[in-house]
Amino acid sequence: MAIFTRGFGGRRDPDAVALPPGQHLTEGFPVLSAGPTQYVEPEDWSFTLTTETDEKQTWSWDDLMNLPSEDVEVDIHCVTRWSKLKSRWRGVPVDAFFEDSESEADYVMAHSYGGYTTNLPLEDLLDGKAWVVHEYDDGPIPAEHGGPVRLLVPHLYFWKSAKWLSGFTMMTGDEPGFWEGFGYHNYGDPWREERYAGD
Amino acid sequence: MTEAPARTRGKVGGPRPRWFPARLVGLRSETATARTLTFQVPGWPGHLAGQHVDVRLTAADGYSAQRAYSISAPADGEQVSITVQEVGDGEVSPYLEEGMELGDQLEVRGPIGGWFVWSPSSEAPVEQPVLLIGGGSGVVPLMAMVRERARSGSRAPFRLVYSVRSPEQVLYAAELAELSSTDGLVVDLLHTRTAPPDAARPVGRITPEDLATPPGWPASPPPRAYVCGPTAFVELAIPLLLDLGYTNKTIRAERFGPSGG
Ligand SMILES: Cc1cc2nc3c(=O)[nH]c(=O)nc-3n(C[C@H](O)[C@H](O)[C@H](O)COP(=O)(O)OP(=O)(O)OC[C@H]3O[C@@H](n4cnc5c(N)ncnc54)[C@H](O)[C@@H]3O)c2cc1C
Repeated sequence: MAIFTRGFGGRRDPDAVALPPGQHLTEGFPVLSAGPTQYVEPEDWSFTLTTETDEKQTWSWDDLMNLPSEDVEVDIHCVTRWSKLKSRWRGVPVDAFFEDSESEADYVMAHSYGGYTTNLPLEDLLDGKAWVVHEYDDGPIPAEHGGPVRLLVPHLYFWKSAKWLSGFTMMTGDEPGFWEGFGYHNYGDPWREERYAGD
Repeated sequence: MTEAPARTRGKVGGPRPRWFPARLVGLRSETATARTLTFQVPGWPGHLAGQHVDVRLTAADGYSAQRAYSISAPADGEQVSITVQEVGDGEVSPYLEEGMELGDQLEVRGPIGGWFVWSPSSEAPVEQPVLLIGGGSGVVPLMAMVRERARSGSRAPFRLVYSVRSPEQVLYAAELAELSSTDGLVVDLLHTRTAPPDAARPVGRITPEDLATPPGWPASPPPRAYVCGPTAFVELAIPLLLDLGYTNKTIRAERFGPSGG
């Protein structure tokens, strides 16, 4: 039986767009971080893909710029309950980084400068579902929002879109990343409200 | 999307936090725009200082809204307390700060968050010093840590640097004054707009000097900092800590709101 809260009216917007359950809109930018913002200059940035057999491939900022980028406009959903509609990014589809990869592993650990990690199934990153982005709103991505380069996986809660992206490590078995180890959901689908372990 | 084997569910992170019905059993006014609400939550599993709950309010027609609130006090049976600072044009905080009455119900889910937590390490030869840095209502989870230190009798060196607009906005003022005179807690109030007439520090935002390590602290282990408040405040404080030698490993942060851009 539902528990009602006497005297609570709430706000209803008849024109409201459908949001995932438990989310509400912000004009600002939802932020969830465990520690310091990392400041990395583009010329110091690189991205390393490490396979399950420890083979490494590295891209510099210039290498990234030479890959074909596309513009993406997506809604983003932060587990702290804020959603932002139509955020505009520019970046390289993750598929591009796997073109020459021999990896057969099904899971990815995304790594960030500063030590943050988050785990994802590889299939959630491929086929145009995720990007390595380097622009936000027609400019460089501000450091507090993960610049110079972050991962963008808009169909999952935003903690999966690792800020200050530094690499992927391929894993044959799934392992929890940072928040996943602290009780947040392993997969994180906002439409199923997969916020916490067991949801 | 189809159910792929990749989606191992519930593999990590302990038991699922559930929704509990919660009845309002205590109210305490903290300032003109903030109050503490204590709920009786049958079956509450307990929590650590620093954790938060999700709160769900459901209107008579079934419409519901959810928000996160830090727990303001250490575990105490089935009671859960939060302190809500009213955000002017907000949907939920004005109701919690003014509308809700004793006996009214909502739902809480938790405890949530296993990173922004402090517990005493009494068995350690030297307890790790702790620097708490709060902006506005960001002091709430830090107060839970301060209270947990007092409750457990921990001797860990604790310093709270608390940034507020004006003296009238200070949450828990009497209790902080009491603990700082009896329990070795160091409290430094930073006023950003209006200071009391006897204040030594000029009004203004947090500076490196405000965070300098107190002379009495042990050289090792290195202190740990907990920073909490609106996103902009956290972003301001953390670079100061990095300059003072704190690292990714010794800084824990919790951001309360969406940032401006
Ligand atoms: C982990 C976590 C812990 C939190 N703990 C506490 C707590 O202990 N005490 C507490 O009072 N709040 C806390 N908050 C904030 C709380 O969840 C709500 O965001 C806040 O009460 C405002 O909700 P609202 O419905 O009144 O405002 P909304 O209707 O959501 O927002 C109204 C307007 O205010 C702005 N706004 C929203 N939140 C804030 C904010 N925090 N600061 C400034 N502007 C804001 C919005 O952008 C919007 O313009 C916490 C948030 C998080 C993520």
